[in-house]
Amino acid sequence: MKIALGPILYYWTRQKVFDFYDSFKKSELPIVYMGETVCSKRKELHLHDWLDIAESMAAQGKEVVLSSLALISARSELQSLKKICANNRFLVEANDMAAVQLLTELNLPFICGSGINIYNAHSLALMHKKGMKRWVLPVELGAEALRGILQDAEKMGISDNLETEVFCYGKLPLAHSARCFTSRAKNRPKDKCELACIDYPEGLLLRSQEEQQLFTINGIQTQSAACYNLLSEWRHMAALGVDVMRLSPQAENMRAVVERFHKVINGSNEEILLLDESMLEPSCNGYWFAKPGMMAHEPAC
Amino acid sequence: MELVCPAGSLPAFKAALNAGANAIYVGFKDDTNARHFTGLNFNDRQAQKALALARDSGVKLYVAINTYPQPTGWSRWQAAVDRAVELGADALIIADMGLMTYVKEKYPQQNIHLSVQGSSTNAASLKFYKEEFDIKRAVLPRVLATKQVEQLCEKSPVDLEVFGFGSLCIMVEGRCVLSSYITGESPNTCGVCSPAKHVRWEESANSRRSRLNNVLIDEYQHKENASYPTLCKGRFKVDENTYHALEQPTSLSTLEIIPQLARMGIKAIKIEGRQRSPAYVEQVVRVWREALDAFKQNGERFSVSPQWLEQLDKVSEGQQTSLGPYSRPWQ
Repeated sequence: MKIALGPILYYWTRQKVFDFYDSFKKSELPIVYMGETVCSKRKELHLHDWLDIAESMAAQGKEVVLSSLALISARSELQSLKKICANNRFLVEANDMAAVQLLTELNLPFICGSGINIYNAHSLALMHKKGMKRWVLPVELGAEALRGILQDAEKMGISDNLETEVFCYGKLPLAHSARCFTSRAKNRPKDKCELACIDYPEGLLLRSQEEQQLFTINGIQTQSAACYNLLSEWRHMAALGVDVMRLSPQAENMRAVVERFHKVINGSNEEILLLDESMLEPSCNGYWFAKPGMMAHEPAC
Repeated sequence: MELVCPAGSLPAFKAALNAGANAIYVGFKDDTNARHFTGLNFNDRQAQKALALARDSGVKLYVAINTYPQPTGWSRWQAAVDRAVELGADALIIADMGLMTYVKEKYPQQNIHLSVQGSSTNAASLKFYKEEFDIKRAVLPRVLATKQVEQLCEKSPVDLEVFGFGSLCIMVEGRCVLSSYITGESPNTCGVCSPAKHVRWEESANSRRSRLNNVLIDEYQHKENASYPTLCKGRFKVDENTYHALEQPTSLSTLEIIPQLARMGIKAIKIEGRQRSPAYVEQVVRVWREALDAFKQNGERFSVSPQWLEQLDKVSEGQQTSLGPYSRPWQ
């Protein structure tokens, strides 16, 4: 089982991004995804900055993957995507079928992020045929669905050289829109958002009128308010055939979270607690158990 | 432009037919389509009846099989494709690429339309579906601005269909799992959003509250119009403000941009609402038929009749309509 650091989903200052990756250079983290996946207006870092960070991480022996935008509707977004796909150096994570198409045209291998709808082995087989090396399970699917997909994949003979990754830690990306909910919260039109997201390095909390924490607003993306955490399920995942656990960067304590996962998975930690001081609260894991995603389900032992 | 109309039942189908639909889309009575609601949709006998009616009037019949099959349900989705092809549907509206692979292999002659749930918003993505499955048409998500639709029309390798009227999804369709986060069921997995079985209304002396799987979606004072608790349309708190944090309960109405859509090269306009009553379908389709006919007659001199708006406003969600992504007051 390998750990991967997912792309930063929030809008951080340039310095914060560089510091963040610096702090992982010496870590045991084997896989790092990076790049802007949410909003094309976020330009603290340009592609060449990402490539610089990518090189420096690769120099430390890490597998680097460039993640691409999830919603591609403007011509300029398609142009940027083309540049990422043609970077000539690093693997690319497709988060829209546009990326799959472009990477296929370039005859390049690729990874499908959780936003590519792979709900069954037939879709998996098609992507595999197109050059997909690894896929991330859609966040709303759980263990049973995954078991079925991987069993079918095995029957189809495609499971040998295909890796499976599961979103295991962080606020879940639940939806994308053309609208920006952060600028809406600031009473600004989207075109004059003044890049408001930069003031919310962990997004903006949305509560019900009864103060129940529901969602996190992150520009055009809506995330869960609770932090998904499947650390306690890692053995089950390994048994199912999961190769990679994805940890989604949060603004604070991410080093500790990665270390915690690393220690547990490598057997040097005695006890796995769902409630862990270094981890974000509240936490949830419902999707993995085929329950509403927001639920915190105690697995029957 | 082809007027593509919804039918969740045989009476609604007849209503759409009488009111002037060019094509009518339906789903089977299970979770293989994105309007999997109790009492809705067609069994085989009803579907055959619908097809016979459609053929008599030269109207096309499309079958939506536009949810995402998981391993345990695969055979059900496969069977839905088999039934729709056997029926003689003019097109299958599909979202899942695995299912499209099946159609292409087993029924290479069958027309496929990419469902809005397939979430295709750019030329490169459309090209993928065209090259891989030879789709004949794609239904665009309700997130693109007029200019983006126009650019897509120039580049698209397939015919494009847009939504003209009905409920408005503000998230990119096929990529929104807010509903399963709260209830366990989403459009992708179960063909439902904010499912009715999880809805609870609470009445008190001063207010009316709507809940979805116990989560408070909205609270209405007396005389306030209450809407169905679709969870992205509730009133929530961000910081200390309570407001429609994601979206107001408005619906989409694009009559006024018919000439623009036609100029761009849009081939079909879809009316949303398989879950709606035959009376609703009749009303909306009739207005749109008149509008499209008026456009055909008057071309660029086309103007929206106040009566059309009045009739549509009566049936709109939240009694309020908007141009949705095409006008973008929020932009």
